[in-house]
Amino acid sequence: MRIVSRKTGMAAAMIGISALALTACGAAPEEAAPKAGNPDYTGCIVSDSGGFDDQSFNESSYRGLKNAEKDLGIKMQEAESKSNADFATNLQGMMNNDCDLTVTIGFLLGDATKKAAAENPDKHFAIVDFQYDEPIKNIKPMIYDTAQAAYLAGYAAAASSETGTVATFGGVKIPTVTIFMDGFADGVAKFNEDKGKDVKLLGWNKDKQDGTFTGDFEKQDKGKQVTSNFIASGADVIMPVAGPVGKGAGAAVKEANKGGKDAKLVWVDSDGYLTAPDYKDVMLTSVIKTMDKAVEDLVTADSKGEFDATPYVGTLENTGVALAPFHDFDSKVSDETKSEIEALKAQIISGDLKVESPSSPK
Amino acid sequence: MSETKAPVVPDPKKPGNDLFKSITQGPGLVSVLGVIVALVIGGLLIAVTDEKVGETAAYLFARPSDFFSALWSAGTESYVALFNGSIYNSSQGFAPLLETLTVSTPLICAGLGVALAFRAGMFNIGAQGQLIIGATMAAYVGFAWHLPVVVHLLLVIVFGLLGGALWGGLVGLLKARTGAHEVILTIMFNYVALYLLDFLMNTEAFRRPGETNPISPILDANAVFPALPGSRLHLGFLMAVLLTMGVAWLLNRSTIGFEFRAVGHNPHAAQTAGVNVARSTILAMAFAGALAGAAGVAQVAGTEKVLTAGVAGSLGFDAITVALLGRSTPWGTFFAGLLFGAFRAGAVNMQITTGTPIDIVLVVQSLIVLFIAAPPLVKAIFGLNRKKKRASATESTQAGAK
Repeated sequence: MRIVSRKTGMAAAMIGISALALTACGAAPEEAAPKAGNPDYTGCIVSDSGGFDDQSFNESSYRGLKNAEKDLGIKMQEAESKSNADFATNLQGMMNNDCDLTVTIGFLLGDATKKAAAENPDKHFAIVDFQYDEPIKNIKPMIYDTAQAAYLAGYAAAASSETGTVATFGGVKIPTVTIFMDGFADGVAKFNEDKGKDVKLLGWNKDKQDGTFTGDFEKQDKGKQVTSNFIASGADVIMPVAGPVGKGAGAAVKEANKGGKDAKLVWVDSDGYLTAPDYKDVMLTSVIKTMDKAVEDLVTADSKGEFDATPYVGTLENTGVALAPFHDFDSKVSDETKSEIEALKAQIISGDLKVESPSSPK
Repeated sequence: MSETKAPVVPDPKKPGNDLFKSITQGPGLVSVLGVIVALVIGGLLIAVTDEKVGETAAYLFARPSDFFSALWSAGTESYVALFNGSIYNSSQGFAPLLETLTVSTPLICAGLGVALAFRAGMFNIGAQGQLIIGATMAAYVGFAWHLPVVVHLLLVIVFGLLGGALWGGLVGLLKARTGAHEVILTIMFNYVALYLLDFLMNTEAFRRPGETNPISPILDANAVFPALPGSRLHLGFLMAVLLTMGVAWLLNRSTIGFEFRAVGHNPHAAQTAGVNVARSTILAMAFAGALAGAAGVAQVAGTEKVLTAGVAGSLGFDAITVALLGRSTPWGTFFAGLLFGAFRAGAVNMQITTGTPIDIVLVVQSLIVLFIAAPPLVKAIFGLNRKKKRASATESTQAGAK
């Protein structure tokens, strides 16, 4: 018995080795030609503790710099933070590596970025999703009036709801999360006002600025549980504002739909139909923040020596925020609703309709 | 002592107790060898996951030299970068070493807390929670009160230690009075502390004025440790050294420390010998908590200078590995803290210059713990088992001959 198993093991190993050897038979490449572009310029990025694979602002900002590296032929340095204690060390590391522009992500890096900028006045910085009270001459804040796009999503959700109840929840109660929920709440309210309906919103109370939060951006099971509760309470459109926790919400929606419900999802940050394809058949739409484009544009400008520290504010007008296409749901959303959303969008862009949130950029 | 009030004493005959001791207080040689093996495996992992190595492996037979040079350079370059970032590099001199000391400070303090509890026979998983409460109280004193120089910093330290001692002491009290297991208690207390801090960060009292994000005001200039100019190294490191000396004295020279160790060895015997086991349990946990609280002080008054929900990072859990690696002795913990601090500080440079993901350092750390937890594995790798087996075999024959 033992001998047999040893023989089988040998045979398996031989097959494995030969498979490996076969894959190793490729031809050696020619010596690579030097890359054209701007190799003297270094763009750097420091994540917050979410890391570059957070399916949220770290990831999209990172993608922006990656694209810039590819398109402009610049050099790139990256540093992922594992905890708050890493921020200052990572920034110092970037300074030692002669970064021309350093992008930092999130309010937690605010103090560390400010300090690094003061110590390196000739270097440029950009911080995503944070704005200082007093502008700093070598830091460009990149912020998003997300409420504008979330407003449209709220309207679309209310119009698509068959049960007359929609829901949203956040990961952690911070302004960059609650701004989605504020816009969503206002969009639902607008639908009710215009149509004389009474679509209820679960999970967020704009007046009290309080609602449902899962506590972090990691525990997907918590997102699933919260979403299941919402569906059980009658909600059929759910917007999770919680990065990867949204996947838990997606799982809950799919499970509910197997049980005969007809629930849908509104994704945030990126077009979920493309970035979370597992749930594309329940994806009504997404509230997009196009950080990748904004970061790439900034790097492009800075590498040409055109840096300025005036805050970049992503709006519907400059497509810094947007409502994603309905994709599979395109035929199920009525033309009336679509034209109403277009009209609202035009009103927001023209300034006739103001979407306000306590978390809006100042 | 009446029967009902008798403290609950763990059974020393349980097989777990020996294992506990051999894992937490075994010989230092295993630690050193464990680190070496972990580093080698880590290097291999770096090499295997390296992009260049993958590319060159595809044409291994066409030009093998590419593959092997890529393999070698991936593995060694990362460790060279690690060294450059943690101890010395030509452009900055020994500045990275100061950074290593800075990063080590909270690891050493919290590690001492875990080690002290180990020596008293308790598995303190709660350094994280104790650190959070310590940091919270220290930070509040630091930004909400405005006091003269020296006094303010001293109060920050005192409140940090008190906060940690309170959180640890509560666990000791519950264990001594009710017999609840400290592992479960400390894990639960970690959650309570974490969500308490989350809650506090969203209150007016803790949030920075004019700010909607959950971040506290910056601590007063009087409330933070003075730093060495040109680096982040602050006086908190001196605090860590003093605490190490203090714990060494406590454990080896003082009556309380003797009682801790006696209880750690055999609570029944200690009780019979007249040691108040309940008091020792409570005190040991309170001291352990205070040390973790000191790590919290090092965070808020040393490097961070603000309180955020993530102020503790994973320090409280890293502290367990530090104490394990240090075999629960004060100076062992101190040097283990320095080593992990060097890993942490160097990992930043490694990530930036070679693109090796920072996670590899966590893998190496975890491997170290794995090898320490399985001493026979390490001994087998280095062929140390056979000698021992023969020795024990002769011992048993001798015993049989008697």
